[in-house]
Amino acid sequence: MSTITEIKPETATLSNDEILRYSRHLIMPEVGMEGQLKLKAARVLCIGAGGLGSPLALYLGAAGVGTLGMVDFDVVDYTNLQRQIIHTTADVGRKKLDSAADKLKAINPLINLRTFDTRLSSDNALELFRDFDIIADGTDNFPTRYLVNDACVITGKPNVYGSIFRFEGQASVFATDEGPCYRCLYPEPPPPGLVPSCAEGGVLGILPGLVGVIQATEVIKLILGKGDSLIGRLLLVDALAMKFRELKLRKNPDCPVCGTHPTITKLIDYNEFCGIRGEEATVETGVPEIQVEELKRRLDAGEDVFVLDVREPHEYQICNIGGHLIPLGDLPKRVNELDSSREIVAHCRSGARSAKAVNFLRQAGFRKVHNLAGGILAWADRVDPKMPKY
Amino acid sequence: MPKIQIPTPLRQYAGKQPAVEVKAATVGEALSGLVTRHPELRRHLYTDEGKLRAFVNVYLNDEDVRYLQKEATAVKETDSISIVPSIAGGTA
Repeated sequence: MSTITEIKPETATLSNDEILRYSRHLIMPEVGMEGQLKLKAARVLCIGAGGLGSPLALYLGAAGVGTLGMVDFDVVDYTNLQRQIIHTTADVGRKKLDSAADKLKAINPLINLRTFDTRLSSDNALELFRDFDIIADGTDNFPTRYLVNDACVITGKPNVYGSIFRFEGQASVFATDEGPCYRCLYPEPPPPGLVPSCAEGGVLGILPGLVGVIQATEVIKLILGKGDSLIGRLLLVDALAMKFRELKLRKNPDCPVCGTHPTITKLIDYNEFCGIRGEEATVETGVPEIQVEELKRRLDAGEDVFVLDVREPHEYQICNIGGHLIPLGDLPKRVNELDSSREIVAHCRSGARSAKAVNFLRQAGFRKVHNLAGGILAWADRVDPKMPKY
Repeated sequence: MPKIQIPTPLRQYAGKQPAVEVKAATVGEALSGLVTRHPELRRHLYTDEGKLRAFVNVYLNDEDVRYLQKEATAVKETDSISIVPSIAGGTA
C-alpha cells in the first residue's frame, strides 16, 4: 500500500474546533487523530472545477484536506448546472474558481484554498505540481490528460484519474512508483473527432458525481495509507446497468514515460501529440458551407432546397426546422433516400456532425451539398430566437 | 459462446448492442467475427494496415491481452472479452 511520504503529520495539530468538526472521522480507527493530521498536512491539486472537480473538491474540503488547490480557467455556463454541483444558477457567468472558492470556504473555512486561474500547459504544469502531494485529474480532453500524466510521472506525484462518457466512467490511480501510468494503458490518443466530448455525446448528470467521489475516496485512502488503492486496477462504472467491473492494469516496462528506459523526460506539445493543430477545429476543412441567413432566404423564396437533418430522433423532438431526418450513423445505409440532383443543405446541432455528412456525401458523388455553418444553434441565434437551444 | 462487451462510444457502430456473442477460439478470431458482422466498427478498432489501434485495449476477462498472447490468446465458452477505449470527459 503506497503512502505519501511527503506528508508530515507531526508538524500539524488539530484545534478543538477541528476535533469537533472531524469527530466522525476521529472515532474511526481507520482515520483517528493520526489520519486526520495526515489529511491536514496533505496538499491535493484538483485539475478542473467542473463535473468531476465539483464532487472532488467538495468532499476533499469537507474531509479536511489541509491544502486544496484548484486549476480552472473557465466560466460557469448554464448547461454546466445539470452536473457541476459546486456551481449554482447565480454563478452563471462567473469564473468557476470564484464560484468554487465561495462554496468551499462556506463548507470548511479551515482549509487552505489555492486557486490557479490558468489553463494547465507544458509551461506551467511542472511548477504547479511540485507544491502538491497528489494530483486529481478532472479534465475533459485528451491532450490535458496526457499532460497531467506525464507531469505526474516526472514530478513523482500520484495521478488520481477519473473520466466519464454518457453513462460510463473509469477510475484508477496512475503514476505511482509501483503502478502503471496513463500511457501504460493508452500509449496513444484517439484521432481528434473519433471520441465525442460531453457537449457532443451528452452525459448523465449524476455520473461525474459517482466517479468524482470515487476519485475523492482514492485521494483520501492514499493520504491515510489505508485500504486497497486502485493502483494497478481500472474500475469501470456502467451507471445504467449499475455494474462495477475491474480490469488489471500493469506497468509497461517499455512505457516511454514511466518505463525502465524512458524516452520522454520533458513535457511535450500535447495538442500536436493528439493531432490537434492550433484551434481545435470541429468543422473539417474544405467543406462547402452555407450561412443560416442564406438558407432562410432561399427557403422563404421557395427555392428547391432539400434540408437534411443528421441529428438523432430525440434531438429532432427538442427542435427542428422541418428537415428530413437521417441520423449521421444511418447515412451510409439510407443515402438512396437522397436525390443528388437537388440542392442539399445538411445540418446538425452545431455544424460538426453535418460537416462529416457533407464530406461523406461528396465522396459518394454528391456535388450540390452544403453544410449549415453553426447548425441549428446558429439558426436559433440569428434566424428564430423562439427556437430552444440545447 | 464467448461474449464481447462493447463500450458505449462504440455501441452506435455495433447496432447499439452492449454485448455481442461471437463463436471463436481466440481473441483475434472473436474480434474479426465482430467487425465482419459490424463493418463500421473496423476503422475504430483497426488501422488501415489491420493492426489493433493503440488507444483501444482488449481484455480477456480482467487481463489485458497484451500481457497474455495478444490476439492469439485462447478463448473459452464462458469468457468475456472487453474492448476498453480511452474516454476523456470530465469537466465540460
